[in-house]
Amino acid sequence: MLSIRVDRDVCVGAGNCVRTLPTVFDQDDEQGLVVLTDPTPPEAQKDLLQEAVDLCPSGAISVE
Amino acid sequence: MSTTTDLPRYPFAEPPGQPFGLLSDLDRHRFDGPATKVRLPNGSDAWLITRHADVRAMLRSPAFSADASRPAFPLLRPEPPQRDIDRKGMFIRMDGVDHSRIRRMLTSEFMIKNIRRIEPLIQEAVDNALNDLRDAGPPADLVHHFALPVPSMVICHLLGVPYADHARFQQLSRMLIGLNNPAEEIRTASDELRAYIRSLIDKVRETDPGARGEDLISRLVTERLDTGELDEQEMINIGILLLIAGHETTANMIGLSALLLIQRPEYYAALHENPDLAPGLVEELLRFASIVRSGLPRLAIEDVTIGDVTIRAGEGAIAVLSMANRDAAVFGDGEEFDPYRQAQQHIAFGFGVHQCIGQPLARAELRVALVELARRFPALRLAVAPEELVFRDRAVVFGLTALPVAW
Repeated sequence: MLSIRVDRDVCVGAGNCVRTLPTVFDQDDEQGLVVLTDPTPPEAQKDLLQEAVDLCPSGAISVE
Repeated sequence: MSTTTDLPRYPFAEPPGQPFGLLSDLDRHRFDGPATKVRLPNGSDAWLITRHADVRAMLRSPAFSADASRPAFPLLRPEPPQRDIDRKGMFIRMDGVDHSRIRRMLTSEFMIKNIRRIEPLIQEAVDNALNDLRDAGPPADLVHHFALPVPSMVICHLLGVPYADHARFQQLSRMLIGLNNPAEEIRTASDELRAYIRSLIDKVRETDPGARGEDLISRLVTERLDTGELDEQEMINIGILLLIAGHETTANMIGLSALLLIQRPEYYAALHENPDLAPGLVEELLRFASIVRSGLPRLAIEDVTIGDVTIRAGEGAIAVLSMANRDAAVFGDGEEFDPYRQAQQHIAFGFGVHQCIGQPLARAELRVALVELARRFPALRLAVAPEELVFRDRAVVFGLTALPVAW
């Protein structure tokens, strides 16, 4: 199991994470900032998670 | 600052006859590594940053400012055309909390799930434009009948700008983004566009709040302007920014994409056969065309090391997205167009806190436009010799002036 953290203060709402892993990330309706819908996704999504981390323009996502 | 007089001049001239070649052999020859000093049109120097990893690091670093009103900010024009009145609310040229305050008022508008809701509208704009193209030829100009109208119609609908005014705002917009246009003419165009957006805002304000439209300008007036969160100058410039960014970028991507697919008929045929190829194809087109050719200028506000160079506070640097998007370290043979490659690491939309706010809209427009073009015009071909094609000379956004096609 993976553990993800997102920082909404850093997020700029570019939406790359939602495009990469829509089962894990979403954006709120008010400010369009990242919302974690599944904070502990299965190990099988490790590569896509890493891609979401890499694509995030502001560095708002970290994986442990 | 360097006193040498033989630095390469930047922006580089587009290599003639190679719309997807980034550097002429001469400029390539003068280029001495991933970070090199160049001379800008106003005679000042700046670092050119071209490696993918370096461009990402630079655009994410708080050591760089995007605020073009700072002295010594590297400009790609001979003189700065913008006045203070043109800068208020232009959040792509702001830093820190000033930037995020405005960006966060707009971000949700362009989220994937909200763009999904307007996809029928995109489809309708594409269908109508393709009908128009069909009725106009063959031959007909694909830029005039298709590439420009589609994103213009969509952004007009989203913003609440009457599409009937398109000829006027498209012409003004082209003046504003041309790097070689005289500053005085740019200011005049800016004044005219500002007056136009102000008239739209005034119309909303004259309407009873309960009877206003659902478009973005109407909602921003009600929720941000009437409440005092935005002042009128900010609101006007936000309108200008979204209107220009909303059509110039995607229009040029559609035009260049069509040209590239005409030149690579095997990929166009593959798209015709299998529309599911479109999302991957769109990413590769974004990477390969990289229409913000001249890159993103920034000013170092503290000493910072990017890759192999130390950039001092007060020095300018330009993140060259187009060259970073060919970086062999990330893309292998980056000079090769390959829609089957994994291109998603491209930075055609920029990187850092200023990364394009409208990228879900751009992706959806490109995907629908290219799928429908391939479906309805499978025999698309150039109606002129390739060497007769006319490209934009030195603009913030690269593209075709016209694309005469037959089918």
